[in-house]
Amino acid sequence: MKSRLAPIWPPIVVGVLFMALWEGMVRLLDVKEFLLPKPSSIVQAVGDQWTPLRIAGWETGKTAVVGLLIGVIAGALLALVVSRFGWLRGSVTPLAVALNATPIIALAPIFNAWFGITDFRSNAAVVIVVVFFPVFINTGKGLSEVEPNQIELMRSLAASETTVLRMVRIPNALPFFLTSLRLAAPLSVIAAIVAEYFGGPQNRLGPFITQNASFSRYANAWAAIVVASAIGLALFAASALVEKLAMPWKRPESITA
Amino acid sequence: MTAVARLGRSLPTRDGVRRSLRGAVAGLVALAGVVAVWEGYKWMGGHTDDHWPGTSFGLPVRTNDLVMPHANEIWGSLWDPVQRGRSQTLAGFLFQSARFTFSEAALGFVIGTIIGLALAVLMLRFSTAERGLMPWINISQTVPLIALAPIIVTWGRGTALSDTQAVSIIATYLTFFPVAVNALQGLQSPDQADLELMRSYASPWRHTLWKLRVPAARPYLFPAFKLAATLSVVGAIVGEISAGVKGGLGRAVLNFATIYSTGPEKLYASVLAAALLGLFVFALVSIVERFVDRNQIHNSNGSSGAGA
Amino acid sequence: MKMSDSAIVATGIGKTFNGNTDNAVVALDGIDLTVEPGEFVSLIGPSGCGKSTMLRVFGDLISPTEGTVEVFGKSAAQARLDRDYGMAFQKAGLFDWRKVSANIELPLELAGWSKDRRSYRSAEMLSLVKLQEFADHYPWQLSGGMQQRVAIARALSFEPKLLLMDEPFGALDEMTREHMQVELLRIYEQLGTTVVFVTHSIPEAAFLSDRVVVLSPRPGRIHSIIDVDLGKRDENTRESAEFFAMTTEVREALRSVEAMS
Repeated sequence: MKSRLAPIWPPIVVGVLFMALWEGMVRLLDVKEFLLPKPSSIVQAVGDQWTPLRIAGWETGKTAVVGLLIGVIAGALLALVVSRFGWLRGSVTPLAVALNATPIIALAPIFNAWFGITDFRSNAAVVIVVVFFPVFINTGKGLSEVEPNQIELMRSLAASETTVLRMVRIPNALPFFLTSLRLAAPLSVIAAIVAEYFGGPQNRLGPFITQNASFSRYANAWAAIVVASAIGLALFAASALVEKLAMPWKRPESITA
Repeated sequence: MTAVARLGRSLPTRDGVRRSLRGAVAGLVALAGVVAVWEGYKWMGGHTDDHWPGTSFGLPVRTNDLVMPHANEIWGSLWDPVQRGRSQTLAGFLFQSARFTFSEAALGFVIGTIIGLALAVLMLRFSTAERGLMPWINISQTVPLIALAPIIVTWGRGTALSDTQAVSIIATYLTFFPVAVNALQGLQSPDQADLELMRSYASPWRHTLWKLRVPAARPYLFPAFKLAATLSVVGAIVGEISAGVKGGLGRAVLNFATIYSTGPEKLYASVLAAALLGLFVFALVSIVERFVDRNQIHNSNGSSGAGA
Repeated sequence: MKMSDSAIVATGIGKTFNGNTDNAVVALDGIDLTVEPGEFVSLIGPSGCGKSTMLRVFGDLISPTEGTVEVFGKSAAQARLDRDYGMAFQKAGLFDWRKVSANIELPLELAGWSKDRRSYRSAEMLSLVKLQEFADHYPWQLSGGMQQRVAIARALSFEPKLLLMDEPFGALDEMTREHMQVELLRIYEQLGTTVVFVTHSIPEAAFLSDRVVVLSPRPGRIHSIIDVDLGKRDENTRESAEFFAMTTEVREALRSVEAMS
């Protein structure tokens, strides 16, 4: 209970100090805007560029959210299927761990070739694959790492494998799944932006950043990053909320931690 | 049951060899499976005019040789010249690019790991620092600073940094996070009782860190290093792509993507090379882990009662 | 000749783990044991003597490599399918996501009881273990001893004919442990079940049991069986000369086991 009331001021102090230091250093040392814009100019750029940023943020956010939802559902479903069949688990899980170690983002041009460079699916597919692996691996872990005594108890009560899955494995996997969702949410925005670097429609955050950077309008590029972070944070907060709502049985501090 | 487990552990080397052998076989089987699915899908599409058999539903991905080249053509292209008139094969070119990317990733990994560990120790030492920094470290990962790659590279040009070093900074940014978070968790993992024991020896903070906390953190560190290593490759590749740095795998993927219509198999080959590089760094860290583990076992066998 | 009215008839049980490999381990060898209905039997012995394995063979969670187990005249597998077993472990093993009452109702749910009957019974069981006011709590809100009481209530909720307990009080502090022993005896007498109880503790075995089975390790064999008759037991029993004599007898048996190995 105590940690819920943990003082909120340290992060705020650190944040404010950081911003003040940034602003102050840039002003004091007269750092050129092209090297590092002041926080105040970035804020101003967000205001100036609001219309294109809003459109780009909406489009990129849409890709991220659609990809996130499909990737998360696919990851969880496949984990369920695999957990039901031991021989599959033995062969698919190491494969997933290996694939997770590869730079999946490099698949973007291949998806462009598959679905067409301007097709929505090309960028969403990158998000799906990027999101899929952490969800699949984590959920699979939750489904298999059940207390052995609980499985023995269920067996002693003559419960079928399907019942064990429904009554023990799935609830046991829920925290693992929700943690992976929380990890995957900001990842989806990053994946969407990186996928956009490989081409596609121009009214997105990725092209907005590269274009403004190439014209040395750095405050604008930073402004796009602020928008992207806001989307990422919103998705993160939403998944943290889902986490809290979905598990009323969790002791309060174990989630806030 | 415990006796069985103990017996198993007393044969680490043989067990290790068997496990890596099984891993290699599983990898080959998986590769064969992927190729079979690829070719099977392509064959099916070729016979049904890109529809699901017996339906009017179109396949999600077309199966002609431009979109999905045959697996053997991808393999074959590796041994063709990378470009007309050049003697270097595609395989050689990709290997050279992978080395380039690897060096960027390695630098980013080393710096990121040092920063991550330093942050963890700082947060361990000063709990106010933990409370102040941790939320921001978490938030930092929702900031797609990877999107800053173009800026960082221009930035580098304004200072003394080379483009590849700028790419390494991007790799660093992705690397430090898992290290900082896991290292802190690991350093905080010793039991209260063990900490009190150290305290009763009047052990200075520094000693407690080295003799108790760091060894206790080891199981937390290696998963983080593995993740960080793969992320450093991702960071390097994305950095190259978005910053337009020449010479690495990211650039190779981008180049082959633009000339896709004249040689689709080259793009596939370069993406596979990127995947292999990811697996390679992952394996590298795993080997180091196994090596450290084995030494640790020898140590604790040698000095009895080192379980404090 | 089959004694089908015995609770457990184990004949020539042997169990080898990892048979046919270099690291084969013989956990049990030549176990013959009969447990009568309503009897309280403890299994005690040094670690690695196979007492937990034996319990699991009785419960059909592990199949023996040799010999047969009959439970109430049926195969152990059939007894399991008939839900004759209640089980409790050292870890309470409650399901975090179920409230206390729902944890107790789990076996009843599996047996297809109606909702009303289930909640009636869980309330009954909660008062039996004296936790009425905690029905709507989640497991993490209970102390270790309370969690263990819930686990026992869960094991007994469907009135299984045979209760298999694997060091259920092993993780509790001494005072709680003694309380739980008295409670277990009270419930046991009230319900008249048969209990097989694995423990490390000499006084616990002596206090609870009708018979104490002393096992020797590697391979696990029955070293001796000690009959205990302390009559009606309560907290005063622990200070009686009879109790002291019983613990001494069990201790002597365990010492001779140690001397052998």
